[in-house]
Parts: sequence; C-alpha cells; structure tokens
Amino acid sequence: MANLTLLQAINSALREEMRRDERVIVLGEDVGKNGGVFRATEGLFDEFGAERSVDTPLSESGIIGMSIGMAMYGLRPVPEIQFMDFIYPAFDQIVSEAAKMRYRSGGQYTVPMVIRTPYGGGIRGGHYHSQSAEAYFAHTPGLKVVIPSNPYDAKGLLISAIRDEDPVIFMEPKRLYRSLKGEVPETDYTVPIGKASITRAGKDISVFAYGAMIPICLEAAKKAEEHDIDVEVVDLRSLVPLDIKTIINSVKKTGRAVVVYEAPKTGGFGAEIAAIIAEKAIEYLEGPVLRVAGLDTPFPYTFEHIYMPDSRRVFEAIEKVINF
Amino acid sequence: MSSEIIQVLKEDGTVSPLFKKETDLTEQDLKKIYETMILTRVYEERSLKLQRSGRIGFYIGCKGQEASHIGSAYALKMDDWVFPAYREPGVLFLRGIALKTMICQMMGNAGDPTMGRQMPCHYSYKEGNNGSVSSPLATQIPHAVGIAYAAKYMKHKIVSLTYFGEGSTSEGDFHTGLNFAAVFKSPVVFICQNNQWAISVPVARQTVSESIAIKAKAYGMPGIKVDGNDVLAMYQVTKDAVERARNGDGPTLIESFTYRLGSHSSSDDAARYRPEGELESWEQKDPIIRFEKYLLSENILTPESIKKIKDDAEEEFTQAVKEAEKVGLPPLETLFTGVYKDMPESLREQMEDLINEQKRLGASEDNSMAFPL
Ligand SMILES: Cc1ncc(C[n+]2csc(CCOP(=O)(O)OP(=O)(O)O)c2C)c(N)n1
Repeated sequence: MANLTLLQAINSALREEMRRDERVIVLGEDVGKNGGVFRATEGLFDEFGAERSVDTPLSESGIIGMSIGMAMYGLRPVPEIQFMDFIYPAFDQIVSEAAKMRYRSGGQYTVPMVIRTPYGGGIRGGHYHSQSAEAYFAHTPGLKVVIPSNPYDAKGLLISAIRDEDPVIFMEPKRLYRSLKGEVPETDYTVPIGKASITRAGKDISVFAYGAMIPICLEAAKKAEEHDIDVEVVDLRSLVPLDIKTIINSVKKTGRAVVVYEAPKTGGFGAEIAAIIAEKAIEYLEGPVLRVAGLDTPFPYTFEHIYMPDSRRVFEAIEKVINF
Repeated sequence: MSSEIIQVLKEDGTVSPLFKKETDLTEQDLKKIYETMILTRVYEERSLKLQRSGRIGFYIGCKGQEASHIGSAYALKMDDWVFPAYREPGVLFLRGIALKTMICQMMGNAGDPTMGRQMPCHYSYKEGNNGSVSSPLATQIPHAVGIAYAAKYMKHKIVSLTYFGEGSTSEGDFHTGLNFAAVFKSPVVFICQNNQWAISVPVARQTVSESIAIKAKAYGMPGIKVDGNDVLAMYQVTKDAVERARNGDGPTLIESFTYRLGSHSSSDDAARYRPEGELESWEQKDPIIRFEKYLLSENILTPESIKKIKDDAEEEFTQAVKEAEKVGLPPLETLFTGVYKDMPESLREQMEDLINEQKRLGASEDNSMAFPL
C-alpha cells in the first residue's frame, strides 16, 4: 500500500498497465516529455519512450480519430484530452465513430480505448477549464462513462477501463487531483465498472453523487448527523453502465433521495437518476427527489463558488426532503 | 517564396534605405507604436506581479511578441475587425480600451464589461471591433471569415484579421477557415504567431512543412513568412495583405516568426521543457530593444524620452490598478443575465432561489483553488 494522491493513483495505473501490456499507449497534448499539464503521465516518456508516450499535434479530433484507428488495429490507446472543455472538436469522432463502431460493423470492429480527461470546477478556471460534460456522453449508446472520486477507485477503475473492450470516457475530478490522498495498492487490482459504492451507510435519506461532489456530500452528511439525520452517500462511480440495483435498494431502505452533480441542472445526469427512482421505487418515496446541481448558465469565473454545489446547499436539500 | 523570411529592421537597429523612402509611417506613428509596445510590456510585468500577490487569478502573456501583434494591428483601420487569440493585449491598447477596464476584467469585478464571467485576459471589446477571446483554440479563425463575408455582402470595405498560434494550425478550424476564405475570396488576413512552442510542444511536433506560411499555397492564397520581432516588417507585410484584401483580391496567410519569452501562462514553467540557451538567444532579439535602437539612431526618441515613456506606462498602470481595486463585485444577477436576451422562466426561478439563499444564509464560502495551468 502507498499513500497516493488521485493524480499519483492515475499515474500508477497507467504505468502498470503499460508495463503489463505493450499494446497500451498514451497520447495527447503535452503528455509526453512534459508528463501532461497536470503531470498525470509523468515519467512514462522516460520509461516507455516517445512511441508509447506520444506528444501529438494540437488537434483533439486528430487525437481521438487516430486512437480509434489504433484500437481497431489491436492497440489499447489511452488518449488524454487536456481539459474536458476541449473535447468538443473530437465530439464527432467520439459519438459518431467510437461509440457506434461495434454496433454498425456487426462486431467486426471494436474500439477498446480510454479517453482520460480532467473535468469539473472549483479551480478558478472560468468557462473553459471547469465543465462537467458527462451528460452528452452518457446520452450516447456505445460509450461507457466512468468517474472516480478517490485514489483507490481511480487506479482500479482506470485499470478496468484499459482492459475493457469498449470505449470509455474516464473523467478525472481535477479539483481532487492533489487535494485528496488515500491508500492505494502498489500492485495491479481492478474496481469493476458498473458498480456503485456506498461511501457512507445511512438509513434516513440517500444522496447520489459522483466525482468531486462526493467529498461535498460527505461534508453535508456530517452536518446532517448533527441534526440527527442519518445520510447514506452513494458514489455512482460509473454512469454508464449504471448500477440501478444499488440505487433502488438504497431508496427502498431510506425512502428519500437527493441527487448531486455540478453540471448545469437541466438535462443533467441527475435527472436520469430521479426518473429511474420514479419508475422503479415511487411507492417507497416519502418526499420528492431533489437535485442539487450547477446553474443553467455557462460556468462563471467570479461567482464560481456560488455556482458550484456546496455542502450547505446539499444539506438544505436533505433537510427539505426530510421535512417534507 | 513562402519560406524566405522578410525583414526590414535588422538586429543592429538599421533599416534599408528603400523602406525609409517608401514607408508611410510618420514619426508620430513610430512613437505611437513604440509607446504601445512599452505599455504592453509593462502591462505584462505588472500583471504577473498582481498574479503572484494573489490580486488576480491568472495571467497569459505576450513578452517577445509585442512587435508581432502591434506592428500588424497598426496596419488596420479602426473599422477593420480583429479576432484575437489571447496574446494580443496591444491590439486593445491601439484600439483605445481603457487600461482600467482591462484590469477590472482580470479582477473579474463590476468594472469588467463582461461582469467577471471569464478568466483573466479573456477580453471582449466590441467598441474596438475586437472579438471575444475564448480559450478553445482556433475557433476564432472561421469567425473572422464570417465577418469578412458579411461585410463584403453589405458592401463595407473592411478587412478582418485574426491571430492564432502555430499549435492552433493543427486544429481543423485553421484548415476550414483558410479554405473558406480562399473559396469565398474573403477579405481576411490570417496571422499565425509562430512563437515556437505550444505549451511544452515544439513547432516540429505540429508540422513538418518547411514553414507555416507555405501551407497557404495549398489553399490558393499567398503565404508570407516575416521576422515577427521586426515591428516594421510586421507592419509593412500586414499593410500589403490588408490592401489586397480591401481591393477584393482575397485572403493572405502571414507567419510571424517569433518567440514566447515568458512561460505559457502564470501557471506554467517553461524552464521544464525549453532547451538550454534558447531563451537567452531569443532575448538578444527582443523586439523592443531592436526598435529602440532604430528610434534612437534616427533621433525620433532620446534616452530621456524613452525613460519618460516607460515611467508614464508604469504610472498609468499603478493608477489604473488603484482605480480598479475600488470597484466591487458585479451584482449577483449578472450570473444569470446574458445567457439569453430574455431570461427563461426556469432560469429566473433559479436566480430568485439563489438570491434568497445568499440573503438567508450569507454568501457561499469561497474555497476555490488556484488555477493549476
Ligand atoms: C481546443 C483546445 N485544445 C487545447 C487547449 C489547451 N491549450 C491552451 S493553449 C495551448 C497551446 C496553444 O499553442 P499555440 O496555438 O501555438 O498558441 P500559443 O499559446 O503558443 O500562443 C493548449 C494546448 C485549448 N485551449 N483549446
């Protein structure tokens, strides 16, 4: 075991998979010599060389389009999009090509690739260094969407993603990159994709979240405890595939639900959770399912801390549902 | 020939007699260009200090690229349009923006016309026909073509000029933009500021063409490579391209061969990736020093007048910061206004809920982290 940051856990997953399997290649902007602007690929260039730790020309559609071809030929590319806000030039390649390749070719071609990308706010990055674009991709059949919230899961999920046979959007909560440390095995291990985890068990209300919102929900749960409210925090970890069973079981136990995500509220992934609960467990509900989310505005600069869901706002929602 | 490099002002500060005879730049013009270059340099040095002392959150600079963008922008008329990347504050100075407005933008306060919505150095300045800076690279290139098309359609004799880095020439929008402009014979001037580095990636990783300028050939337009640290050459080459565009002869690609003397931004450390000695050799080619030599040798400026220009710029900056720091935060409503012309009901509801929440519970705690890149 080593005490690692989330960033180091990602680095460790990449390093081990590259050691284990020479088909694994990382590529992207600044990922090679410089080790990535966040240093997620630090040291890979020295250990594996320029052919496997590739500085590409500056083109996201090029990075993803080329990765698709590499994957079709049998490699395991792990392209990095420097910030999720810059993924859009590659949107066509991701949603039209990577996502549909297996289906449209009758399984003759597949795209086993992992698109790693830092996402999320709270770092004074304004419109274009803060977005949480999971909903666009979760809405696209053929893609898996995975979002770790701690170092242990980050490494185990990334290894699973690299070994997965389908394209995975692997969203890394950059606000937690260095601010969170945890015990991580040095050897290789996997965390299965598609299984939520109950980060904190409770009996009064379920709070569903993922990524950088998990620490915020835990803070809110602590606050709630002072008010004798026992909160269950469920870390979804993977939006596609979604662990519906764990969600429904939790709601059956608590009878109440709040969903927390930092993307704009309207059309966000939280709506999907609320709908599933309504479809499958409405008879267990003792109050409305509330969403605590980002605002329906572009991501702001000066007022970012007001835009972002915080523990106070999550706690208010918890109270509201409890008092319903 | 697109790989030859055009130079007017030599590194020793002398110019060819032909240029002197033919140029339309007056002493007044030369002084104005020099003053703008100095203000731009001072703006950078002082803004980086503001950033380090935590008074602004981020800065992205243009040290070494002053001649490149100021010389070229000086060739435009005021009703021509500019689509900047993010390393062209000198264009805003030329176009008359108040220094205080720019500092308020960096502070994200109520003096910022964009109400603190964007990161520092992402200015929007319509009064100066200067587009709206956005981080996603190369996106402005096709916009410049659209403006040019629209203006031509409306029979306005304006030209649209856009800046971008050499890294951005790898994006699809660069290729689309040039192709569209050539097909529509639009009055556009494309200026690639080839500062050799796209964060840590050298130009050799963007292209193996013998130059950026030569790419123009494939799109069917002239491509010219210029010494970007030569303010007079930048002016002259851009002026010719602007004239061609205005006369209906279509677009031009200009490669300004220059160097980023600073780090990529306040959160980067170029020492990590720059080869040893490279910075020092380019510092010898500092565009301001070269221009100064010329102005001194022609007696257009004296050591005393140079000192005064520099002192004035420092003083202007100090005053503007003082003024800017008096300005408070934008009203909370501005978080919601401006998403649409008319605010949808659902958004109004979010706004009212949020304003009530902040009144009821006090302002949200600000625990944002510093920008990591
Ligand atoms: C579409 C997009 N991809 C990636 C980035 C991240 N990024 C910001 S600046 C930069 C390098 C830009 O290089 P260049 O175009 O040469 O301009 P320079 O910064 O050198 O002036 C990168 C990769 C971005 N802003 N937009």
